[in-house]
Amino acid sequence: MKEFIILAVVTFFSLLTYWLVEPFAHSQMHAHVESEGFAYADLPALTKEGNATRGADTFMAGGCIGCHNVQALGMETGMSAKDAASAYGVNPPDLSNAGAIYDAKFLADLIKNPAHATIVEHKFNDMRMHPMPAFYGAGGDDIDQEIADIVAYMQSIAVQAEEVTPTMAFENACGRCHAVRYTNWTQLGEMPNFKYKKDDLRFQADVLDYQDAVKAYMGKLPPDLSMYIRSRNEHFISTFIENPQSQLHGTAMPRTGVTAHSAEKVIEYMRMAGDPLVEERNETGKNVMIYMIFFVLFAYLWKRQIWKDLH
Amino acid sequence: MAHFEKAKSLNEWLDQRLAINTLNRVLAKEYWIPKDINFLWAMGMVLAITFGILLVSGIFLLMYYQPNVDLAFDSVNFTIMQEVGYGWLWRHVHAVAASVVFLIIYIHMFTGIYYGSYKKGRELIWISGMLLFVAFSAEAFSGYMLPWGQMSYWAGMVITNLFSMGSLELNGIVEWIRGDYVPAQAFLDRFFMLHVLLIPVAILALIGVHFGALRLPHVNNQNGEEIDFAVEAEKYKAGNKAASKVIAFANDFMSKDLFVVAVFLVFFFYLVFWNYGFAMDPVNFDPADGLVTPAHIYPEWYFLWSYEILRPFSKDIGLVAFAFAQVIFFLLPFLDRSPNAVPANRRGLFSIWFWAMLVDLIVLTAMGKLPPEGIYSTIGLVAALVFIALWIILPIITKLEKKL
Ligand code: HEC
Ligand code: HEC
Ligand code: HEM
Repeated sequence: MKEFIILAVVTFFSLLTYWLVEPFAHSQMHAHVESEGFAYADLPALTKEGNATRGADTFMAGGCIGCHNVQALGMETGMSAKDAASAYGVNPPDLSNAGAIYDAKFLADLIKNPAHATIVEHKFNDMRMHPMPAFYGAGGDDIDQEIADIVAYMQSIAVQAEEVTPTMAFENACGRCHAVRYTNWTQLGEMPNFKYKKDDLRFQADVLDYQDAVKAYMGKLPPDLSMYIRSRNEHFISTFIENPQSQLHGTAMPRTGVTAHSAEKVIEYMRMAGDPLVEERNETGKNVMIYMIFFVLFAYLWKRQIWKDLH
Repeated sequence: MAHFEKAKSLNEWLDQRLAINTLNRVLAKEYWIPKDINFLWAMGMVLAITFGILLVSGIFLLMYYQPNVDLAFDSVNFTIMQEVGYGWLWRHVHAVAASVVFLIIYIHMFTGIYYGSYKKGRELIWISGMLLFVAFSAEAFSGYMLPWGQMSYWAGMVITNLFSMGSLELNGIVEWIRGDYVPAQAFLDRFFMLHVLLIPVAILALIGVHFGALRLPHVNNQNGEEIDFAVEAEKYKAGNKAASKVIAFANDFMSKDLFVVAVFLVFFFYLVFWNYGFAMDPVNFDPADGLVTPAHIYPEWYFLWSYEILRPFSKDIGLVAFAFAQVIFFLLPFLDRSPNAVPANRRGLFSIWFWAMLVDLIVLTAMGKLPPEGIYSTIGLVAALVFIALWIILPIITKLEKKL
């Protein structure tokens, strides 16, 4: 009996200390940001029904493909990623699956006013324009209708929303800025396995050039995200993707406007990079626990047997 | 040359050469332990086992770790955590054991304080124990440098800065310790050496001294009863084990220790697999960057109380208070002037002192992690003053204690 009271006292003080230095201290150190479920409630609602067939023409007329590749349709700008970065600061992402990865409301606002949709208006003004120009209409009389058509068109060429994979989501929404060395991802794409050292060095030099351009554009090199799944918690990353300004006020990172589903895929990708063995950990843990329970049991029986004579 | 008979068995052969039977008798079969003890007396064995776990897991990590500022982070977080089969297991085991060992050390220390087990011939047990505490602290700190993450770097920066001795500005000492102006390759190399060689060797030696210091005074018991070990041992050996007040170290005491160790390991492995965050700070998963100071710099939880004794004061006073906190526990056997080596609850004012000290250390620990702002820094300051005051009044209140 006495031993149980002692155990209760020891447990109480240990748990109290734990609670104070972990949950409580962290709640005091980091502001808690609630997720808005990727609703993008600050953006205007879509009022027009888009028409994909019309959108195909508007899309061409709108000049999107002057900067963006649409590889699914075989459209290429003819500019290398490195050259694009030195022209625009960062390589404009391929739009093949943009319709599935980004939220429709976000896309509409992005096309109208990129700095507004991505919440980086503090960085851009009349002297310093956002590298992606606002769309002023393709000659029709209703710009909102034209934008709705473009969005409908982008959705029609993209994969189904649920077909978005972790790699696809990450490479499209984050990969132009962030490297992930644990998955071999560079801002220029997956790092190839070169046969000759000089090809390797050439590639790496291109990556460095690209990074210089991004650094000049963003004010700082976006960090390699390999271990962010463990250095930040999932809640942080999720709410940060939803709105970077919510946790890093004034940051240069744009809101990417991904759908809730794509955000999940992005996080899955980051887990693949920084914490891929969760399954194995749980599985091993279960087996070790089963073994330990037997160990406790046998240890107890041995103790009972020996102490039989001692009482 | 000494005369050796031809041995009739392996046991005899070894006994002739190593006196294993004598050793077995003196250190195990007839090493008498009081019967009236509780599971807190198994904490020493839990510590020994945890140290063993640290040693074995550390050896596995050492096979892939790269002590180089450019490679260290990835060798831990990628090579060991992802590429090497079950490397993550060894890393989690090592990190969690390094943190949990301090929880057990603190329980072990407060057990000693509560039962007065540092008095009447047990002073050296206490002092060797405190040396172990210091050695473990150095081991934990040096180990924390190795992944070369943000907290490694900045904790290394902050702690080595202490050696400039405040206003004395002895920056030469700081540079000498770092081998550079800032923590860099030379710094990582020497902490690597300390962590994998010098300090573990010191710990092994200290454990030897600690165990040696226990043999003659024997361990204390739950009631502070003075036991005539010779008489009680005779009863035991005569077969009257139930009436004897002592048990043998092996297997009587060991069997209970093993049970407690087993229960502890269940708790330990639960932490290893499902709740390791407290032992592996998220901030340290960002690679070291000398240009970016983390928003909050704090040590691991077990150093927080002494950190908080440093922090609320001005630079120089803080350092003096910090130095005081580091050495004062060593002096406990001499500052406690009472003749009674009995549990604290029978010692009047000392009983209040005990719980006040425990609570104060927990308050300091909590405040050490919280940002030093507003009410938290006030509470921290008060708790630090209470800590110092408690040590100043200890000799007085124990002197007043009546002999029981
Ligand atoms: C002058 C070049 C240019 C033109 C024309 C252009 N864009 Fe962009 N676009 C960019 C750049 C540069 C970025 C990357 C901006 C950044 O990350 O800061 C971008 C980003 C995007 C993104 C990704 C936004 C995100 O949240 O990650 C989408 C989607 C997009 N553009 C769609 C379009 C569409 C649709 C059009 C045509 C109406 C278009 N762009 C026209 C340069 C251009
Ligand atoms: C146009 C470039 C760009 C894109 C696209 C981008 N980021 Fe960033 N990201 C940055 C920059 C720049 C920073 C550094 C921000 C700072 O420190 O102010 C950053 C920082 C971060 C951080 C670290 C935040 C912290 O606490 O320090 C995370 C996590 C992150 N990005 C995740 C993402 C994810 C996930 C995506 C894709 C959904 C993404 N980023 C897309 C530029 C970008
Ligand atoms: C970290 C490594 C340590 C190990 C491996 C260790 C091991 C042990 C063991 C096996 C015992 C005997 C069984 C028991 O009473 O638990 C013991 C007793 C003791 N230890 Fe430690 N110990 C360590 C650290 C410390 C520290 C830090 C202190 C305090 C300063 C300390 C103080 C004592 C005291 C006072 C006793 C005697 C208890 C009694 O007589 O009842 N030890 N230790």
